[in-house]
Amino acid sequence: MTAPRTLYDKIWDDHVVHQAEDGTCLLYIDRHLVHEVTSPQAFEGLRMTGRTVRAPEKTIAVPDHNVPTTAGRDKHIDNEESRIQVEALDKNAKDFGINYYPVSDIRQGIVHIVGPEQGWTLPGMTVVCGDSHTATHGAFGALAHGIGTSEVEHVLATQTLIQKKSKNMKVEITGSLRPGVTAKDITLSVIGATGTAGGTGYVIEYCGQAIRELSMEGRMTVCNMAIEGGARAGLIAPDEKTFAYVMGRPHAPKGAKWEAALAYWKTLFTDEGAHFDKVVTIKGEDIAPVVTWGTSPEDVLPITGVVPAPDDFTGGKVEAAKRSLDYMGLTPGMKLTDIAIDTVFIGSCTNGRIEDLRAAAAILKGKKIKVKRAMVVPGSGLVRAQAEEEGLAQIFIDAGFEWRLAGCSMCLAMNPDQLSPGERCAATSNRNFEGRQGRGGRTHLLSPAMAAAAAITGHLTDVREMMAEEV
Amino acid sequence: MDKFTTLTGIAAPMPLVNIDTDMIIPKQFLKTIQRSGLGKNLFDEMRYTQDGQEIPDFVLNQPAYRQAQILVAGDNFGCGSSREHAPWALLDFGIRCVISTSFADIFYNNCFKNGILPIVLPQDQVDILMADARKGANARITVDLEAQTVTASDGQSFRFEVDPFRKHCLLNGLDDIGLTLEKAAHIDSFEKKVATLRPWA
Repeated sequence: MTAPRTLYDKIWDDHVVHQAEDGTCLLYIDRHLVHEVTSPQAFEGLRMTGRTVRAPEKTIAVPDHNVPTTAGRDKHIDNEESRIQVEALDKNAKDFGINYYPVSDIRQGIVHIVGPEQGWTLPGMTVVCGDSHTATHGAFGALAHGIGTSEVEHVLATQTLIQKKSKNMKVEITGSLRPGVTAKDITLSVIGATGTAGGTGYVIEYCGQAIRELSMEGRMTVCNMAIEGGARAGLIAPDEKTFAYVMGRPHAPKGAKWEAALAYWKTLFTDEGAHFDKVVTIKGEDIAPVVTWGTSPEDVLPITGVVPAPDDFTGGKVEAAKRSLDYMGLTPGMKLTDIAIDTVFIGSCTNGRIEDLRAAAAILKGKKIKVKRAMVVPGSGLVRAQAEEEGLAQIFIDAGFEWRLAGCSMCLAMNPDQLSPGERCAATSNRNFEGRQGRGGRTHLLSPAMAAAAAITGHLTDVREMMAEEV
Repeated sequence: MDKFTTLTGIAAPMPLVNIDTDMIIPKQFLKTIQRSGLGKNLFDEMRYTQDGQEIPDFVLNQPAYRQAQILVAGDNFGCGSSREHAPWALLDFGIRCVISTSFADIFYNNCFKNGILPIVLPQDQVDILMADARKGANARITVDLEAQTVTASDGQSFRFEVDPFRKHCLLNGLDDIGLTLEKAAHIDSFEKKVATLRPWA
């Protein structure tokens, strides 16, 4: 009998192609997702060495980082460098025969939303992409992580990666979440507790009742930000919700293959007694709606809190906090709910799925925004179409939001959707780094419902108060 | 990829913790389809004003550190985005080694693919090297990959750990893809096996 294994151990074991004496492994990659920003140099590398794409049928490309989110982009992209990158992806997809969703395709969207939506992402797979938020796919019980461009080229050429195994970390969220608390609050709270380097060297498995109770969309939000906690990947064991989400998707198995897949997927859980090198437990009831105050995703506080002082920290974090407060234009002791917001951004691979739009629309219904600018960028063309069908788009538009086309948009501000210096944004995205949303821009990360609440009041707001009003 | 054997050079101190890849190379410079030419935009928003003037206080703008080849940095260097443009920018500027108490995983990997050596040392040793780096251009730090040592300007030497395979590749400037393609038969037989075991994959 084999020793008890974690979910990570099982997926790892099933993908080792070759193991060297020093433990270095060649790991097989089932799905390779590609976008326009981190791939041109990799394809160029293939051309220069006369190599080909080993498994084009397992390679999926979609432009998302650079693309404008306004009408007409399928005809022309104004920014020349962006246009060249998108055109390069068009050409590379065609030349190497890989699966492709161009800007003109309704299925186009953020690569981490398109993969699951189209059924490319399946439980037990290894999934990589030249993008750190590849961790998203871990919600399906797939081992998924970001890679650099050299590794993109390596996977294109060999369908493998040279890897050393990470350690196992368990993050358990016990009990249930309270009303107004979401998957985003879970994932931010975990990073707040462990720090942005707390997961370095680990693959995290998220478990516990509160995780089980999340929808697939919520689970993707949780795993998406595993990288912000420093982890190589985040994982959630697949269950009936996972299978129900996957069934019938265009690239999900059908018929006898589905039955065989299902039997295998049901073996994908951590065995009783399996060893974890690190364990973090948080009570679901203790998690509040949270926001970030600083310039690192670990700068997390409940919305009922106040801006901290540098002296509240130790070590290198004292200087970092000083710098953050200065950059963010905040004074220690100030109530978080007194922070005025200029702009609201709802979207990204963290929170650009249908459930996120529903949560925001539920708060916005019949209300008007008080912020200067508010923008919804659905995660894919299909999410956008569904939101229109459900009447959510009209709620956003009536409230004063701009209703945009799918893409990464203001999450990383490579396209024209950017903040101006000093502009303060409540964002459902994943990074509040200096300059992330535009040079000098100030970002507060929060959930879609909290973003909607801030849009209505013009300042950071405890969404639970609005929910109370409605009762 | 250029080999990395030994390096003696100026080390620039960057004690800030959590220096992310957005800081190392902001997104507006990711629109290139080349690997080269990013050095002038390394740490762009910390290094230049909005209108492109150098910010004199920034370490790499100071005369002593313009030729730096080593960075001594705060904890969790390279966190955030997977952009390999970060090591490309460092390399193009001339940085071949970064020393910190910890690195983010993807950045750490990316360094090795580009002939940059990331070195992890305990806090007290990084503190000593940081103090050394602060002395300016006369205080040269020496890194010896074969011996796995970092030596401060006063002769104090610290041993660091590095994965043997990565060390081998860096010392010899080896191309990973070429090495993996030598194992093509293993990949073929794995694919054959999986076609039966997991035909949906």
